[in-house]
Amino acid sequence: MSSDPAMTLPLAGIRVIDLTVVWAGTFGTTLLADLGAEVIKVENMHVWQPMTRGGQARPSAEMVKAGAGWAVGYPNAEPGPRPWNYAPTFVQQFRNKHSMTVDLVSDEGREIFANLVSKSDALVENNASGTLEKLGIGPDFLRQSREDIIALRMPAYGSNGPYRFARALGVHLESVMGHTLLRGYPDLDPSYITSIFSGDYVAGAHAAFAIMAALRHRRRTGEGQFIELAQAECAGGMLAQAFMDYSFNVVVQERTGNRSVNGHAPYNLYPAKSDGDGTDGGDRWISISVMDDDQWLGLRAAMGDPEWARDPVLRREAGRLERHDELDARIGEWTSMLEDYELMHLLQSHGVPAAPVLDSSRIYDDAHVQHRGLNETQDLYDDVGTFRYNTPFMRFSETPLGIRKPAVALGEDNDYVYREVLGYSESEYERFRERGHIGMDYDPEIP
Amino acid sequence: MRLPSLCFSAALTLRRMPDPIGPLDGVTVLDLTEHVAGPYCTKLFADFGADVIKVEPPGGDPSRSVGPWYQGISGPDRSGTFFYFNTNKRSMVLDLERQEARAVMERLFRRADIVIESQPVSRLDSLGFGWEQVSSLRDDLPMVSITPFGHDSPYRDYKVSDLVLYGFAGEMYSIGVQDREPVKMYGTASLVECGSAAAAAAMGALTSAELQGIAQHVDFAMADAQFNGVDRRHATTMGWEYAGRKSLRAPGPAAGMLSGVYPCADGYVEFSGAAIRVPRLDEMLGSPEWLQEEKWWRPGASVNPALVEEFNAHFLPWALERTKREIWAEAREAKVLCGPLFSVDELFEDTHFSDRGFWATSNHEELGEVQIPGRPFMMSASPWSLRTPAPKLGAHTDEVLLECGFGSSEIGDLRATGALGE
Repeated sequence: MSSDPAMTLPLAGIRVIDLTVVWAGTFGTTLLADLGAEVIKVENMHVWQPMTRGGQARPSAEMVKAGAGWAVGYPNAEPGPRPWNYAPTFVQQFRNKHSMTVDLVSDEGREIFANLVSKSDALVENNASGTLEKLGIGPDFLRQSREDIIALRMPAYGSNGPYRFARALGVHLESVMGHTLLRGYPDLDPSYITSIFSGDYVAGAHAAFAIMAALRHRRRTGEGQFIELAQAECAGGMLAQAFMDYSFNVVVQERTGNRSVNGHAPYNLYPAKSDGDGTDGGDRWISISVMDDDQWLGLRAAMGDPEWARDPVLRREAGRLERHDELDARIGEWTSMLEDYELMHLLQSHGVPAAPVLDSSRIYDDAHVQHRGLNETQDLYDDVGTFRYNTPFMRFSETPLGIRKPAVALGEDNDYVYREVLGYSESEYERFRERGHIGMDYDPEIP
Repeated sequence: MRLPSLCFSAALTLRRMPDPIGPLDGVTVLDLTEHVAGPYCTKLFADFGADVIKVEPPGGDPSRSVGPWYQGISGPDRSGTFFYFNTNKRSMVLDLERQEARAVMERLFRRADIVIESQPVSRLDSLGFGWEQVSSLRDDLPMVSITPFGHDSPYRDYKVSDLVLYGFAGEMYSIGVQDREPVKMYGTASLVECGSAAAAAAMGALTSAELQGIAQHVDFAMADAQFNGVDRRHATTMGWEYAGRKSLRAPGPAAGMLSGVYPCADGYVEFSGAAIRVPRLDEMLGSPEWLQEEKWWRPGASVNPALVEEFNAHFLPWALERTKREIWAEAREAKVLCGPLFSVDELFEDTHFSDRGFWATSNHEELGEVQIPGRPFMMSASPWSLRTPAPKLGAHTDEVLLECGFGSSEIGDLRATGALGE
């Protein structure tokens, strides 16, 4: 084995062009980068892609002071010198990647890009449908630049059909696929259903799988290919039981909230001892899932086998399901007297699946997270202070993945990419810099 | 009108070969996964061409014991959960607890290109089928272990459900409204997220073996996959680490300048941050006179509660006069981020997806023709295919044993011991 672990990572030697935006695509290329591919983000200093390196390139100090943490919680609550390099919404998807800048709107930029395509194995993009074609870098261009290129595109609803130009984030395509109406509080109007972006998660993970599958096909046949991942269709697996119920029985399932889709009971969230509430993030909850009769006995034992729980009807799942509301009230009385982690350890010691509901402020303090090394302190290109960032989460025994490169700054690898990968001379590099391809700052006019 | 994106679908059609093979053709997966997350991972392998040999305990994968049931009648081959997550696989029954299983497992290990399992931590080690034993048998066989917390966590023996896992490691805390409890995603969605990430990990392990010649054990913890989730978890973590801000649930139902779920004539539609681009919002609403006032176009309007209330007073009557499809059509035209809340029956009837060929039909020996969601993505040269429905329990036990070199009488002897179930 080589002394440089990066040389033997699973995807060592594979170069991937990253034209991804927002979350779904960027997660896919993050996984490829974690696995050892050389992922090169191709970015344009003259075009601001909304929601890719921040909501705005230069948010005002007031905006940064006031907004939600996950949107504008910049380091130390300051915009700092180059906000686009460490926007909290995106920075976790920048590890292990390279970044080059090029003005793709110009002919010269397209030539530079063609050079890069000719030296790359794959390309991933999830821009709005038609974006690459407008830039003149669509499928024909890609194949002309490299015959065996693997190109993966991730339109929300696919490249044909009436919805092909619909703008969408993960939440919208999940609404269309039926997920939104199937989640949320069963007793409240659907307008109380709030967002989550699971569509981005599955699309990104499938994208990484797809690229590796296509690389295998190319190893065997020499053939590249185009891959179309319609994010809506990719989200289908998450709704499997609802789809199968309709397919088998023409049944449209109802929302079950936190209860089991398989009829296990009790199965819910219960209040734990709290010193705050939902408005300050101090509320504490314990999830409990009793999935068989033995686990019910475990729950009884953990609670000290109270009189009410000894009812023989409750020994069987059907009996517990029938009286789910009553069980929830009884269990909730018990849990509200204890701390959430205390409940977790107690219940798990009796074989009952249970855990606290961690808000984002408690993650890095958790014993599991610390033991598994799920984060690591890093200094970024800009001096914004030392903070902890997520590490690659797949544990490989022989070639540990790790952070080889902290979150990448815009244009940080121009030197490497233009000179070493693309082979341009000093004078060409200088010319490209003067013509606005190469740099590390967005145009000053971009807000 | 120019339709540039059609070039791409034309490329997809033209490249399709008469007898296409999946990208994982020739790969044999020894599959010891159960329930949802692991089976979704191996389903992707099977659906893209691998030969997935699913080894089930007598009685079968526990997911054969949960619904939804075909025509409401339970049975090991009638579970919708099992049906969806196990297409294109072969099923053999083997009781790993029995000593006779050892000889069978050794031949399966010799035959496999990758082992993917989701057994409780240390179960396979104690049976003699763990990574240490596998790697001593063969130094070129990768193995992926999918567990809730991984093999060395302080919580390694703890159990989870989709609710417990998602509440703990996923972004559940910030879903819902502040005066109520957090609320999870549908069904087993979080486990499918984990399964899709595990499939990427397993492809990484297979690639490591094929491309670098290194066989590895992947200790895949579902909790780790959720803590890294790109569904917002990654960002809320950073908001706290950088700026000390918690990510709370919403104060109440949708109440921004179009962010959230809104009622309309026949249901609900979802919008996100529509006021970020007022010109597009203006186009969608047909440039009404009231929206021409300058106050709506100034930055910050969408976070001014009084303006939001005034906006909603104009917007809601507009929405209530239109169906969700009409609103979505206007939004698409104006490039506004929007999606109608379809119910499952509406989705099944939607022609966009049926015309694209999203739904696939499976022919099951007992259940007949069954429609299921099809390919998660389309590959032009090596496509997804639905070759066989989910296998009946133990349908391929003899077939696999014969392929492994066992003779008919040996199989009879094995069956007599009870190692093959029954």
